[in-house]
Formats: sequence, C-alpha cells, structure tokens
Amino acid sequence: MTLLRATGLVKQYGHVKALNGADFDVAAGEVVALIGDNGAGKSTLVRMLSGSEQPDGGQILLDDEQVRLDTPAAARRLGIETVFQDLALAPHLDPVQNMYLGREIMRPGLLGRLGFMDTAAMRAGSRQAFEKLGATVRNLSGEVGSMSGGQKQGVAVARAAAWVSKVIFLDEPTAALGVVQTRNVLDLIRRVADEGIGVVFISHSMPHVMEVADRVQVMRQGRMVATYRAKDTNMEQLVAAMTGAFREQEAK
Amino acid sequence: MTSIAAKENDDTELLADDQPQGRLARLARLQALQIVLVLALIIVVFAVLRPTTFLTPFNIRGIVVNTSILAVLGVGMTFVIITGGIDLSIGSVLVFSGVIADKTMLLMGGKGWGTAIVGIVVACLCGLGWGLINGVLIARARVPPLIVTLGTLGMALGFSQIITGGIDLRDAPDVLVNSVGFGNIVGQIPTLSVIALLVVVLGGIVLHRTRFGLYTFAVGSNAEAGRRVGVRVDRHLIKVYALAGLVAGFAGILNLAFFQSTTISGQSNTNLNVIAGVVIGGTSLFGGVGSIFGTVIGLFIPSVLQNGFVILGVQSFWQQVVVGAVLIGAVFVDQARRAAALRGSSLQFPFLSRFGSGSRKVNR
Repeated sequence: MTLLRATGLVKQYGHVKALNGADFDVAAGEVVALIGDNGAGKSTLVRMLSGSEQPDGGQILLDDEQVRLDTPAAARRLGIETVFQDLALAPHLDPVQNMYLGREIMRPGLLGRLGFMDTAAMRAGSRQAFEKLGATVRNLSGEVGSMSGGQKQGVAVARAAAWVSKVIFLDEPTAALGVVQTRNVLDLIRRVADEGIGVVFISHSMPHVMEVADRVQVMRQGRMVATYRAKDTNMEQLVAAMTGAFREQEAK
Repeated sequence: MTSIAAKENDDTELLADDQPQGRLARLARLQALQIVLVLALIIVVFAVLRPTTFLTPFNIRGIVVNTSILAVLGVGMTFVIITGGIDLSIGSVLVFSGVIADKTMLLMGGKGWGTAIVGIVVACLCGLGWGLINGVLIARARVPPLIVTLGTLGMALGFSQIITGGIDLRDAPDVLVNSVGFGNIVGQIPTLSVIALLVVVLGGIVLHRTRFGLYTFAVGSNAEAGRRVGVRVDRHLIKVYALAGLVAGFAGILNLAFFQSTTISGQSNTNLNVIAGVVIGGTSLFGGVGSIFGTVIGLFIPSVLQNGFVILGVQSFWQQVVVGAVLIGAVFVDQARRAAALRGSSLQFPFLSRFGSGSRKVNR
C-alpha cells in the first residue's frame, strides 16, 4: 500500500530547475533508496517532502489524501520525520534532551504548568527507543557533541524513529561513518521499516543501497528516471540510470 | 528489535563512563567546580595571611553584601550568555529603573511600605521594558546583541541623565533603606543578601530544572536544531532578554535601597564586572554551557580579592590585574574544552553574528 506519493513536483531556484516534474512513492514497511548524481534533485525532493520547502508545482499525497507540508512541524504532525545530513542535534544537550527537545514530557498538575519536566519518564522513553533500535547510545547523560559520529547518528535516527508514524527520510545517513557504525545504521534502517514505517534514504554508496533497499529510485536532472527492485538490479544498471547512459528500459 | 547486546562493539571507550559514574564525571569536569577550588584557595591564602581580620563575621558579611546586587544581575546575564548572546545594558537599566522608581516614589510621597512596593514594581517594569526592547531587536530585527545592548546601554543612561539633570536622586523610602538596605534578617545575615540568594536559587531552578532553562541551553547550543523540532527560538530569545532586563530592574531598586542613591555615574563597569563573573564561573560565551552556581562563585572571586587586598594593605588596583588574568584563564579553559569536545567545528564569537549562535552549525 502506498503511504506517501508525490507526482509532478516542480521546484525552481532562479534559473535552475532543481525538480522538473519529479514523481516519488514509498509504501509502508518499505525501504526506498533515492540515488542520483550530484545536483540530480535528491535533497531538494526530500526538502519538499519533509516540509522544509514548498514545491512550485505538483501534488503530495499521504494515504491517498492531498496534503500541504508548509513547515517541518506540519510534516511531523502528519507522521513524517527527517534526519538531515547535519543531524540537527544540540551538541551541548544529552541524548535524552535531544530526543525530547520540543516535545518534552511535563510533570502532571501544577509543577508541569510551571515548566517542570518529567525527566525520569523521558529518560525511560529514550532508553527504550535506543534499545529498540539497537542504537549504541549507552551514556544517556553525556553531551551529544562529545560522542562519536555513529552515536550521534544513532541519536538522530532513534529520535526520528521514536516519533515517526508514517515515513522517515534519511539524507546520506552513512556519509560520515566508519565501517562498524555504517553497519549499525543500515541495521537500524531495516528495523525501522520492520515496524511498518516507510523509510527513504539518500545514498551515494551503491553497496549500501543494494543491501538494505527494497526498491531503488533513480533521479536525474530533476526527474525520477527509473525505479528498480533492489534484488532484480545490479550496480551497472543503477549507474547507467544515474548517468543517463541507459536506454529506456524502465524496470518495475 | 531484540538484538541489543549484539550492538555493543561501537566505541567501547565511551561505554566506559556509564550511568552512575557518568554523572559524577560530568560534574567534575564542570568548570564551576574547578573555580570553586580557585575561590577556596584564595580564601585560604587570605585567611592564613590575616587570620584575625579576614574570616570574621563582619568581614564576611561585607563581602557577601558587596556581591549581592551583582549576583542578582548575574542571574539574568547567565541566561543571556548561555543563548550565545550578551547584554551590555544591565548597568544602565539598573540606573534607569532606580531613577524612575525614585521619581515615582517621590511623587507618591509617603515613606511607608505602600510607596516602597510601588517603587519595586515600577523598577521591575522599567527593567522588563528595556529587556523586551533588547529582545525584540535581537530576535526579530536581527541586530547583533552586542550592538543592540550597546545602544540601549547609552539610551537608558542618557534618559536617566536627562530626567535627573545628571544629579543623583536620594529618595528611597526609609522602610526600604532600613530593611533591604542595611537590615539583617537574623543576627548578622543581611536582608539584601537573602533576597539576592532567593533570586539566585529561583534562577538556578528555572535554568536547570524547567523547560524554559532547557530551551535556553538548546538555543545557545544549536538554534537551528531547536527550530527544526518546533522550539520558537525567536520568542525564547525575547523572553531571555526580558528576564535579564527584569532582574536588572529589580537590582535597580535594591541598589537604590543600599546606596540610597541612583548611582548614575557609578555603574559604568557593572556590565563588564557581571560578564566577567559569569564567564569565570564557567558559562561559555559561545553558548550552550553554563550554570547559575558558577556565576555566583565567579562573582565572589573579584569581591574576595578586593577585600583581601585591602586587608593586606596591597593596593586594591591589583584586584583588577588578578581578575583580568583569572578571566582570560577561564576562557582559555573553556576554549580548550570546546576544542576537544567539538573538534573540527569553526569557532567564532557568536554574539558578533546575527543573534548569538543562531547561525552556527552542528559539527558533522
């Protein structure tokens, strides 16, 4: 069942057409890899679908209903979470504070109204979220800024995964990571999808794409030029599609 | 979902400082605690050199009273600096609030508590007003905090001088002077300091225990991250500067009661003294880090040095030299700590940019 579908998205920056009628779709429990050369429009597409920016034309449908994603907050309310490349974590706060920033659990009654937070509940919730994803965040009271790239990534993904109910976008989640940490993030992606969430990730790494994705959508010059089942395709085919060297052999 | 144990191979060195010890280790690394040791050392040195005069109740009372008003100002400044901003206007706002409160109380006549309470409220409102002006200009008009508060520093002082013709007013009601200015709650415990302590404790609770405090840290740490998760960064900045103004206004009435004067020309270094105390106490000018406790300790260091040098018969000008050195040392330690924690991220003075650390990126 298709969860999120975009049709004919157009976005123009000055004279540059970043998106030129791009289509996109992701189903529940599916991992979709979004690939394409630099400037193909992958990040732009994700910004449109996560509410960071608005398309100049086209439609976005969530559960077959047209939606407007005016702000990231609006997208989040609809159950769409995004992990951007810079992760958007506050480096001086600990993982729990980052996890619940903007969505704090308040104490009941008067104390809550005075602004006091239920830190125990948030700690427990964070622990649960990290454990569920197997994220290697053990020190819940250390500053996120002093943690390794893998752990930061773990916090950011776990935060998105904890709040998401429909679709999660990951912009190059493994770009800055070592071998082991990449392994963890890829496992994490699989686990999020197993919860029935649609997972979309941008990547330049073909082996990672082939490994975790159910489906690969290829972008080129602001359009979706091909979509393949990951198990029916190969690296040559993907690279050919990305560079435009393939003949109209759009697999389904 | 279930294989948690299998994933423990990532960064074993960080797993070492686990929950129970993690908190302690973090506490020990706090600059505020290192600075407590510095203060303790200074006290011990003076106590050994002048055992009969330095650690007497009378002398201690003097030090505490002299630090009280600065501590009230320090509460607001700590919030502001944690957001990555700065407030240079507090000394002038203190004077302005004192002047308006004095004028109001004079108009009302009366020397009783009724008049005094009106004066307190008026002073707080004046401070709040200046704080709101600062906040709106910084958060909405996007003028850097250094410039906005430099501007309001001049404006608040200028208005005070226009209203008074440059001559200090001395019309604090007797009840205020006798209780807040000179009075003791019990024994040798000064009322002024108890009031300051209440402000400090309240400020500490708000900063370290409430959502307001958390957002203050979050805005200073990575404003963009806050914005993405729905924190109203601009609105929060306005509130923080309003709070700094409010406590400066309150300090204005305390100042009036203590000195029985609006001290128009006596506050030109107050802002810098408070900023020095806040920074010595471990609050980072780059935002995201700080504590009220550290600020109080940081403010005591100059006071104790001043007092000690007077008792020792050393020219008290030396205090400025030593405080300057301690200040630079404190910032050096902060820098080194940051460089280690956030390797690779570019360091810049955030309050010189748009507003605080708003434009700063998280390290990738």
